Amino acid sequence: MPLDPKKHAMPVQDPAVRAHNFNEVALGYTPEIAFEEAARCLNCKNAPCVQGCPVNIDIPGFIAKLKNRDVEGAFKVISASSSLPAVCGRVCPQETQCESKCTMGIRFEPVGIGRLERFVADTHNSADAAPAEAPASNGHRVAVVGSGPSSLTCAGDLAKKGYQVSVFEALHAVGGVLVYGIPEFRLPKRIVAKEVEGLKALGVDIQTNMVIGKTLTVDELFEQGYEAVYIGSGAGLPNFMNIPGESLKGVYSANEFLTRSNLMKAYNSEPVTPIMKGGKVAVVGGGNVAMDAARTALRLGAEKVYIVYRRSMQELPARREEVEHAEEEGIDFRLLNNPVEILGYNNPDDPRDPKNGFVTGMRCIRMELGEPDAKGRRRPVPIPGSEFMLDVDTVIMAIGTSPNPLIKNTTAGLSVNDHGGIIIDENAMTTRENVYAGGDAVTGAATVISAMGAGKKAAEAIDKKLRTA
Amino acid sequence: MYKILKKQSLNPTVTLMEIEAPAVANKALPGQFIILRVNDEGERIPLTVAGTDKDSGSVTIIFQIVGATTFLLNQKQEGEYISDFVGPLGEASKLDGLKKVCIVGGGVGCAIAWPIAKALHGMGCAVTSIVGFRNKDLVILEDEFAKCSDRLIMMTDDGSYGEHGNVTVPLKRMLEAGEKFDEIITIGPVIMMKFVTLTAKPFGVPVTVSMNPIMIDGTGMCGGCRLTLIRDGKRITKFACVDGPDFDGYEVDFDEAMSRDRMYAEFERHAYENTCNLFRKAE
Repeated sequence: MPLDPKKHAMPVQDPAVRAHNFNEVALGYTPEIAFEEAARCLNCKNAPCVQGCPVNIDIPGFIAKLKNRDVEGAFKVISASSSLPAVCGRVCPQETQCESKCTMGIRFEPVGIGRLERFVADTHNSADAAPAEAPASNGHRVAVVGSGPSSLTCAGDLAKKGYQVSVFEALHAVGGVLVYGIPEFRLPKRIVAKEVEGLKALGVDIQTNMVIGKTLTVDELFEQGYEAVYIGSGAGLPNFMNIPGESLKGVYSANEFLTRSNLMKAYNSEPVTPIMKGGKVAVVGGGNVAMDAARTALRLGAEKVYIVYRRSMQELPARREEVEHAEEEGIDFRLLNNPVEILGYNNPDDPRDPKNGFVTGMRCIRMELGEPDAKGRRRPVPIPGSEFMLDVDTVIMAIGTSPNPLIKNTTAGLSVNDHGGIIIDENAMTTRENVYAGGDAVTGAATVISAMGAGKKAAEAIDKKLRTA
Repeated sequence: MYKILKKQSLNPTVTLMEIEAPAVANKALPGQFIILRVNDEGERIPLTVAGTDKDSGSVTIIFQIVGATTFLLNQKQEGEYISDFVGPLGEASKLDGLKKVCIVGGGVGCAIAWPIAKALHGMGCAVTSIVGFRNKDLVILEDEFAKCSDRLIMMTDDGSYGEHGNVTVPLKRMLEAGEKFDEIITIGPVIMMKFVTLTAKPFGVPVTVSMNPIMIDGTGMCGGCRLTLIRDGKRITKFACVDGPDFDGYEVDFDEAMSRDRMYAEFERHAYENTCNLFRKAE
């Protein structure tokens, strides 16, 4: 049978329908599609795809199981390397990782590795398999700070090795960016909850409402008998552009907008946490977070949603699939545009006018690409005299975050770099003995899978250290 | 789940609760705050810590029933539980080295001013307290302030109790009479803190204000609590949850803070009415 040059398309909700609901956009492969897609894998001996995976999943191994229709076997292969397969199958940028290295991709389209991973995890999760059993304890205790992807990975890997792991989460819900940031339509909360249940079954103790650096310090964790601490506290304070008008009502950071909608469920028909719904919305930025914010605004009932990005489509950092989905749903991309000022309503005759202080528009300037900067990206340069008004009443700033100061400020001997990121060595250890770190707290805003890779690496290093100690 | 160990009504709209939260009680210092959720679907609201008892592991909060969430919280009784209670958040008030301080509290803000007055009094600082309320029925914590103040001036807007007028009246009188303070610490409605700052300005007394803007996570993630400081003519964005809640009153853009506080005024009014109606129907 000749090989199919194209990977099997992912069934998705119709764009016109999904733009008005929060249900998951991508519906997942059926078994038949999955087995056909698995048959496209060449099972290369050198497995270049594995090198493209930050957590080194045995990709040809799990696909080989799928070829034999052994989904549970495939799940076991993936679980050996990844604690969160249902999450990764959904949010990993496979096109720049495993799939970018796929031999099939040299002449044809690569194997749909991410889609297959998701199929395996979803099939396993829906089968109500007996939960994993907690392995025998090795007597060592490790504290993990935060419960986002890097922390959950670190906790899961250590628990599988018999460590007694406690996870300390500052919010009331477990999952970090997976529950406050990534929207329901891209990663349903039940998926995250299921993965967390799996960790609990492994014996991981999860404590919510614990702000390390405030409720307890890192030093106190050691006093309580933890032998190592992993800091996966994630990215912190949202960045703003420092242009006039950013404090007007109707200007949000993407973190705030997404947190209100996702974590606090402001998308419900009768929410208890408010959010501005409807109207015209501009999202500033071009990353995955910007796409999430724009598509959330649309689903909340916005009549018009713009992405305002200062470079061109070529430089736009979001995953291609997210950009395509956003375009299909009707998000209006205003590329090579940059905000200059946000304008607000002001009734000079009535200081008590309730409309005062709300956004009425955003003044932008057109840009062109100039010389490449230090990173090789062409620097956007404003075109003089090209300013124009964008008619919007909500502005969402999705231009990155700066590291959270809470832990650094309360942990003596913990060094950070110029950007506030925690400094670690090649073994993921910080400048404090037995304190490890990874994920956005180290690198600044990055992807779920790179955070997981960091959590995995730290778990290995912690294991090595505590076993030889 | 966090148990309500004690509930006491201080006036018809202000309630004191002691919540069992030993980890928070161990750490909380005057000026810091907590965030709570009443139930599993509830919103997160910040409240300043009014006191702690390490022995019983309890944290005292004092809140005014102003919206849906504080209404729901007030429906809870002693022995019942609330879903979430996290803290202590924010930086503690910086009180070291203060010898003579004027505390100016307004309304439920007095609940935040009280632990600071207590702490100052405990470290031997001379404390003058000016506390203001709209009328006699709303007066809270008078005895508590009397115990930790060298001088206590009660004010009501309508003159039904204490002196008649705003808190700025006696403050101005004292400053004009040549009274010196190391610092004025003011806590209450933003408009009051603005006018306390303006009153103190000609006399060059340092003013610290305690800001309590709209917040979600309270740990430096969402940025909703941002406010603007004006320092050397430059506008600087700060986050009340991690940089505050205390700020130099001379730097805060109060008008902007007041405007931002009203962002969801309409939503909150509806939510409050709906919640009240639900309870009325249930009764």
